[in-house]
Amino acid sequence: MTFQEISESLQKKFGEAVLLVKADAAVDPFIVVAPQSICDIALFLRDDKAMQIDSLSCLSGVDRKGTLEVVYHLASMTLKHKLVLKVSVPTDRPEVPSIESVWKTANWHEREAYDLFGVMFTGHPDLRRILLPYDWEGYPLRKDYEVPEFYNGMRVPY
Amino acid sequence: MIETHHSQPATSRGTTLRTEEMIVNMGPQHPSTHGVLRLELVVDGEIVVDVIPHLGYLHRCFEKHAEQMSNYQQVVPYVDRMDYVSSMGNEFSYVVAAEKLLKIQVPERVEYIRVIMAELQRIASHQIAIGTYGIDIGAFTPFLLLFKDRERILDLFEEVCGARLLYNYFWIGGLSHDLPPGWVEKAKAFCEYLKPNIVELNGLLTYNKIFISRTANVGVLPKQVAINYACSGPMLRGSGVDWDLRRDDPYSVYHKIDWDVCVGRGEVGTVGDCWDRNIVRVHEMEQSLRIIEQALAQLPEGDVKAALPKRIMPVASEAYGRTEAPRGELGFYIISDGTGSPYRIKARGPSFVNLSVVTEISRGAMIADLVAILGSTDIVLGEVDR
Amino acid sequence: MGLLDKQFEKSNVLVTSLDSLLNWARLSSLYQMQFGLACCAIEMMAASASNFDMMRFGVIPRATPRQVDVMIVSGTVTLKMASRIKRLYDQMPEPRYVLSMGSCSNCGGPYWEHGYHVLKGVDRVIPVDVYIPGCPPRPEALIEGLMKLQEKVRNESMAKKHA
Ligand code: SF4
Repeated sequence: MTFQEISESLQKKFGEAVLLVKADAAVDPFIVVAPQSICDIALFLRDDKAMQIDSLSCLSGVDRKGTLEVVYHLASMTLKHKLVLKVSVPTDRPEVPSIESVWKTANWHEREAYDLFGVMFTGHPDLRRILLPYDWEGYPLRKDYEVPEFYNGMRVPY
Repeated sequence: MIETHHSQPATSRGTTLRTEEMIVNMGPQHPSTHGVLRLELVVDGEIVVDVIPHLGYLHRCFEKHAEQMSNYQQVVPYVDRMDYVSSMGNEFSYVVAAEKLLKIQVPERVEYIRVIMAELQRIASHQIAIGTYGIDIGAFTPFLLLFKDRERILDLFEEVCGARLLYNYFWIGGLSHDLPPGWVEKAKAFCEYLKPNIVELNGLLTYNKIFISRTANVGVLPKQVAINYACSGPMLRGSGVDWDLRRDDPYSVYHKIDWDVCVGRGEVGTVGDCWDRNIVRVHEMEQSLRIIEQALAQLPEGDVKAALPKRIMPVASEAYGRTEAPRGELGFYIISDGTGSPYRIKARGPSFVNLSVVTEISRGAMIADLVAILGSTDIVLGEVDR
Repeated sequence: MGLLDKQFEKSNVLVTSLDSLLNWARLSSLYQMQFGLACCAIEMMAASASNFDMMRFGVIPRATPRQVDVMIVSGTVTLKMASRIKRLYDQMPEPRYVLSMGSCSNCGGPYWEHGYHVLKGVDRVIPVDVYIPGCPPRPEALIEGLMKLQEKVRNESMAKKHA
């Protein structure tokens, strides 16, 4: 399926929840959807006969200064089409439903986005830090992050 | 074997025998974790009940560094250091993504040289994977033989760019150097040299009886689970999924070359067991040789740098580029905000994703099998933690 | 060996100081802790594999810290790993030596500026005997560092307490 067909059928099925279809992006086109319906959309994309998007290639957090974005790179291994979905939430209430139940691989990706950006994935079975130590403070990939002077008695800056 | 506490058999004296689950730590300093991974094992006697991986012991903040660089080119050395066993593969993926974002066309000769380097690197990387896997299983000799051959590849790399391990060879829009004179002949000679050695390796390790009994039917990864966990590379193909980005999402000049995708068939056990993952790597080495030979024969003349402006300014946009690195799908998601330096780069490492399935496939295995399972996933911690 | 055997055929008495005998024994069997941290570990592996064969200097990898003499810190030490390195070091029996291999464990290497999770030099947590520069150091450089360490061992005295 082409990007246009996918976006049209998503709009038909989910109407209001599809916030923006950016088909004329300079490189990769993408679709912005409402955070609260990401789970339903993911389930639809996985199970629909025409979509069959069976793999979540990548899930990334992005800090857009004021809002946090979560970007899903999806691909179908059977039909060989790709899709980019995005959700956007305010930094002070960064809650996105987890799609771990749809694609298991999201588990660690979501933990990573939580670890580095502080996106709270609601419904995630095990939302812990994954890369940084469990007692680390702050979310280092946010643009306004400041490196701590000391961690556990060890000096951090050079 | 110790019973679980669900069944409490009466001993001869009439008292019940109570057993407990125990928590054992494996790593971060453990010879079989291939780096600094820590596994928290819940074991019931010798049986593994659960595995909880703890990562991050090598989190080197790649993504933060990428944001701080003043142009896209400067990211390449950091990309090298992600999956340090296959630097060329990483660079390939990064330049594919960056050139997609910056809309750069590179000369044909560059594409061919990149393919040759990436495939040589795939062989070198699989040699490490198989060699260290042999050590995990208890066979030391294949390691020595494979490292001897690997040094030959490193010599070839050293000749083109001066480095043994981390090359900084693929640049955006080209390569750092052209091939030195006489290199093509040396590469051809190497292909001839390696072929019999792969046969020897098969006799020594792959079809060795002990090796088969340690790896066949162990850690079986079913097809559906592999896809749901988005596994890739030999891990996915070992489970019998015919999927290779070089063919299914073509980039560079792979479509001009004739080669086959190798999948696991369950030759000595079940499809998707550790042995299958290993044999896929062995076959991929053979296929890589095929690719290299054809690419060397087709190698066109020309420049190795595209004509680029001094400072490249992309429009505000984003791109996701992915390639088939030796361990699987390596993707880079690059966002530009219209300035010369990247706004955000996310790396999707195949090891990171492949590792997440380990818990799933090692429940119910013996502790000794866990070593075999972990070795067959062939993770590189530099890429898991980034 | 043939020549040496002939030498000692009749009278097998050798006069030396106890110190140099012990040091000779120690420096020719520097067991190494088998653990790798990052990219440098691959070069360390290459150094102990066929082409460079570090074992000919008596450097044999042992998997447990309690049996080793030298710890080669081969790669980036992160803050999460630092306490483990310290603990591994504490578990090694005296006399113990540390080789810091590569820029990362010397000073943070390429990650010195923005690495919020990288320890800028392993010498902030454990004492280091020999620093090997390079990113990664070639196996030859590692072997050179090892010989520097052997030199250090050779000049030590068991009678005097060393730091
Ligand atoms: S010094 Fe260089 S090669 Fe060694 S661990 Fe650090 S980055 Fe890797």
